[in-house]
Amino acid sequence: MNILCCVKRVPMTGGRIVLTADEQAIETRHLGFTISPHEECGVEEAVRLIEQQGGSSTVLTLGPAEAEEQLRDAMALGIDRAILLEADQEFDGQATAAAIVEAIAAERAAGTEYDLIFFGNESADAGNYQVGIRVAHALGWPCVTGLKGIALHDGGLRCEQEVAGGRDIYRVGLPAVVTVKEGLNLPRYPSVPGRMRAKRKPLETRTPTRSGAGVEKVRLVVPEGQGKQTQILGHGPDAAPAVVELLQQAGLL
Amino acid sequence: MPVLVLAEQVDGGIDDVSRQAVTLARGYAEAAGQSLEAILIGADGVAGLGELGVQTAHIASHDGLAAHAPQAWGRIVAELIERLAPAAVIAPGSERATEAMAHAAAIADLPLAANCIEAAPGDPATVTRLRWGGSLLEEAAVHGAVKLLTVAPHTVAATAAAAPVQTAVAEFTPELSDADLAVRVSETTQTDTGGGVSLADAKVVVSGGRGTGSAEGFAPIEALAAALGGAVGCSRAVTIAGWRPHTDQVGQTGTKIAPEIYIPCGISGATQHMAGCKGAKRILAINTDPEAPIVSNADYAVIGDLHEVVPAITAAIAKARGG
Ligand SMILES: Cc1cc2nc3c(=O)[nH]c(=O)nc-3n(C[C@H](O)[C@H](O)[C@H](O)COP(=O)(O)OP(=O)(O)OC[C@H]3O[C@@H](n4cnc5c(N)ncnc54)[C@H](O)[C@@H]3O)c2cc1C
Ligand SMILES: Nc1ncnc2c1ncn2[C@@H]1O[C@H](COP(=O)(O)O)[C@@H](O)[C@H]1O
Repeated sequence: MNILCCVKRVPMTGGRIVLTADEQAIETRHLGFTISPHEECGVEEAVRLIEQQGGSSTVLTLGPAEAEEQLRDAMALGIDRAILLEADQEFDGQATAAAIVEAIAAERAAGTEYDLIFFGNESADAGNYQVGIRVAHALGWPCVTGLKGIALHDGGLRCEQEVAGGRDIYRVGLPAVVTVKEGLNLPRYPSVPGRMRAKRKPLETRTPTRSGAGVEKVRLVVPEGQGKQTQILGHGPDAAPAVVELLQQAGLL
Repeated sequence: MPVLVLAEQVDGGIDDVSRQAVTLARGYAEAAGQSLEAILIGADGVAGLGELGVQTAHIASHDGLAAHAPQAWGRIVAELIERLAPAAVIAPGSERATEAMAHAAAIADLPLAANCIEAAPGDPATVTRLRWGGSLLEEAAVHGAVKLLTVAPHTVAATAAAAPVQTAVAEFTPELSDADLAVRVSETTQTDTGGGVSLADAKVVVSGGRGTGSAEGFAPIEALAAALGGAVGCSRAVTIAGWRPHTDQVGQTGTKIAPEIYIPCGISGATQHMAGCKGAKRILAINTDPEAPIVSNADYAVIGDLHEVVPAITAAIAKARGG
């Protein structure tokens, strides 16, 4: 079985978001980077499926050269190889999907056919909620979204999607595209040997074609209401009566 | 050229987030001087749409729609895009409607702007949309012959139209292929909530973060939540440590909560955590660090060790109740 996992490098923003002077991006000089927790679960699920079934897993990102870090992180967890679609600018959802489809076509031309492609339900930063579905349409494959459970079943997949009060079950054949959510599994931590091996695993860099931006970023704005007037009710256990009073005033006791 | 709005049904009408989307779509249609028309899938009526100013309801019915089929929903939207050449299609940012819009955008090869909170017509249209689960806003220009937008839930207040209209009904049978219906719900399982209040609906949520120190460190958090009839939540630091299940996680990639009071204990207040508790009426932070972001984002705070403060609050509640 061949599995592809798509991940996106994003900054770890901490307690407060600060923008660059041109308002086009988050100021990241003092920040580390990661991928969405949804995508981490996709990586973990891919590694588990290959451990069970045999085959090969590939991680792909569209991003700056520095995104090699996120690709190596995924390989440290057990992914076999990586593809970096190097681009300094952010692509919108439609252009991202087109670039990923282009890369999948190149893989096919080089003899690699995928059976299953993992996406996050939504990217951590842009949250376009669409890249996986667009790729599925371009490939003519079925797509199931927002999954919190995946199992191989009768040569296809049994997929669980959380809905109010329960889970909807979908059954699809392969090849398929799935988009997943955090909670699908509990991702492992990278081991030291895993990190060492990741350094030597193959990473291919390609230049994607950039189609125009249909959703064109004009500027970013930090929403108001961060930082309130906080009333300190007290220090330590002595503050308990003040808390009780607050709960009483709120009609919660 | 109408402005179309996709609406989801609940008993006797459309749901809250759909009413919010209709409200934004009405403003968009009015600004553009266009008619407001709704798309309903498998609906049995148009109750309440006239009040919201919807002139026509396009109701899709098809035998294949008995079980939810996401791509079929997208195909229906795409079919109406082709047939009616709308100026825009606007949908609530619910999971199903968002998914339908992504399918429609893929089929029609159009841009899609997700989670808008404001939108003005034009070519391009201009929108403000949520990034980072609402921790950051993006002003964007939306191109394409038809503007496709979803509306971020609970960011627009639903209002009635200035004058109610009579909603005309246009029923149709969409053309759905086998592929459109191939992915559909085959069964639904019930989740056992153990009779407790769900995190999303709880009036009180008490959460623990890394500051609890361990799974056992949640005992005082659970006791306080129980005393207040509330639910227990947690931060992602806790779920990735395996101390609590992901179903307890509050935040951008966890559950969004909207309680009367939210009590985060030993949680620093990362933007991704705060993205899940923006709907809380009041926040009471309990943290050893007066400089923690959670403290400056809270209405009230107690500075101290949660292992001492939380049991003292639970005891004081018992005392207040006792006499
Ligand atoms: C894309 C993305 C999505 C994310 N989604 C989520 C999400 O959905 N939910 C989420 O929570 N996080 C999410 N995160 C992670 C988030 O960025 C933080 O890493 C996480 O919220 C930190 O958890 P914490 O506050 O418990 O831990 P820390 O940041 O380590 O904070 C611990 C806090 O406890 C205080 N403390 C320590 N000891 C005590 C004590 N004895 N008594 C009282 N206070 C004490 C400390 O002062 C500190 O403020 C996401 C991250 C990314 C990048
Ligand atoms: N730049 C990117 N590189 C690789 N994968 C991406 C990129 N952007 C989005 N994706 C994938 O598409 C999913 C959905 O993204 P979005 O449609 O932007 O919400 C993400 O969780 C990723 O799996």
